[in-house]
Amino acid sequence: MIEISDLLFRYPEGTFSLRVPAFSVAEGERIAVIGPSGSGKTTLLNLIAGIATPLEGRVTTDGEELTALGEADRRDFRVQRIGLVFQEFELLEYLGVMDNMLLPYRVNDVLRLDGEARERARRVAERVGLADKLDRNVDKLSQGERQRVALCRALCTEPAVVLADEPTGNLDPANKGIVLELLLESVAATGSTLVAVTHDHDLLPSFDRVVDFKQFYEPETA
Amino acid sequence: MRDVLYLAWRYLAHHRIKTAILVTSIALIVYLPIGLNVLIGKSADELTARAVSTPVLVGAKGSPLELVLNSLYFESATPALTRHAEVDRIAETDLALPIPLYVRFKSRGHPIVGTTLDYLDFRGLEIAAGRRPAVLGECVLGSRVAESLGVGPGGSVISSPESVFDIAGTYPLKMKVVGVLAPSYSQDDLAIFVDLKTAWVIEGVIHGHQDLAAPEAASQVLDRDGDTITANASVVQYNEITPENIDSFHLHGDFSDYPISAVIAVPGDQKSGVILMGRYEGDDATAQIVKPKKTIDELLDTVVTVQGFVVAALGLVALATVATAFLVFMLSLRLRRREIDTMTKIGGSRARVAAVLCSEIVAVLLAGGLLALGLTLATGRFGEAAIRAFLVG
Repeated sequence: MIEISDLLFRYPEGTFSLRVPAFSVAEGERIAVIGPSGSGKTTLLNLIAGIATPLEGRVTTDGEELTALGEADRRDFRVQRIGLVFQEFELLEYLGVMDNMLLPYRVNDVLRLDGEARERARRVAERVGLADKLDRNVDKLSQGERQRVALCRALCTEPAVVLADEPTGNLDPANKGIVLELLLESVAATGSTLVAVTHDHDLLPSFDRVVDFKQFYEPETA
Repeated sequence: MRDVLYLAWRYLAHHRIKTAILVTSIALIVYLPIGLNVLIGKSADELTARAVSTPVLVGAKGSPLELVLNSLYFESATPALTRHAEVDRIAETDLALPIPLYVRFKSRGHPIVGTTLDYLDFRGLEIAAGRRPAVLGECVLGSRVAESLGVGPGGSVISSPESVFDIAGTYPLKMKVVGVLAPSYSQDDLAIFVDLKTAWVIEGVIHGHQDLAAPEAASQVLDRDGDTITANASVVQYNEITPENIDSFHLHGDFSDYPISAVIAVPGDQKSGVILMGRYEGDDATAQIVKPKKTIDELLDTVVTVQGFVVAALGLVALATVATAFLVFMLSLRLRRREIDTMTKIGGSRARVAAVLCSEIVAVLLAGGLLALGLTLATGRFGEAAIRAFLVG
């Protein structure tokens, strides 16, 4: 499902290098990525999503070799087959719950916003307990509810891969458990592969596998 | 495209106050120079129309603008007064019909115009209710005077003293309203028309008082010398002209020396007008003759010059507004960096994101332009009435 080989990534500022000789995630697998801050966990997600491109090596996601695609193709791939969940939700404050969920359909023509897509979004919202809040503006929701909206946005396109960057990082302990449970349940329901970056070691037992990322991190010495 | 417009609309609707401020700023900056132009154009038309319909004015030497504004619009201070002899002088030439005007007194803020019935004919003023003034002490009201005072035929109006502190000045005269004019949508709607002699009664040069020859007035008589009787201050002066006392009203001195503010001269033809102008434009020490249109054109030239400065100033304000709007947009872009990044990260195309932002700008500009257009159309539609109300009221 996800294959990385001989990867070298370096930010233009050159503060650190990320070297990943080999990394793979099987279809339907739910893995947690841990590691110290700045070790390149978020960069890994960006590489898997095709947001960032490596200097060397290959990244293949859901059978598509992203390193061989141009930027526009990677965007089209991303909106169709990747679901992204961010630590700070990154919802559009001026939109309601349903409109935020349907945002991927509105920002790229490769997805078609039709009745089926709306119905699918409604079902996802129902699964996470937001069915009665679809018209509510997101700035009127609690933190836990907002992360659930972000979760729905990532899932309503039925992506092959869900990439979650600290999905519970901004939530209180009560909401952490609920959101993680919903995330795991939802990807299980859609058969998606999950790669979640987390600092919260209490949540690790819920994942199929845990990858410590500090092994790939190389502080720039030059 | 529908999704782009939807996102743009939701953003603008959510930030409605910011949007409203931007739209209003753009609308005003577009509208102000155009609206000002329309308004000044309408004002010019309004002023010029009355000036064009008044061929020639004769008055005492002094400010031609003051003479024109007082005689045509009953505005401005009373110009230097001339004598009724000017009416006779014009009449004797047989070149023009002279219509005297004495615009000096007021009643509750409305100008009292002392003139002759020729004025009503000259301006095409029709009586809507009642009749024309026929006797000393009668008046007809302009339509808006009647409306604002709530007075009609059978009622009365009282002239206002020129100064409440001047006990030797004019005394109020109660005048009988005998008619109300039909609306003419001109300054005439806000004036009270009386016979010239009634205006002189207000001034006091024609007056009525108790009969000093009667035996009961003997105690008020100080001296008798032939026809000249000198009385003390207890003599009863009439401040209302009634059928019983009208015969006691009389004038002292020569009629031709009585004051008027202007004479409208209506030449029989163009040639007569030119000859009349020539007779006055010589070395006349006391009188001036003016063509109101020329005076108003000069005034408008000044207004247009001022307008040019105003438009130039507005241009600078427009530049500042555009610069501010640009700054607001750039700051907004910076504030929306994360939102733009999110759209791009989840797979939004750059063109689509740019289209959303551009749609917001275009929508704001369009709304501002439409509002400006609406205001300009409203100015065109209602500006004339507003100017008329401003000029008349």
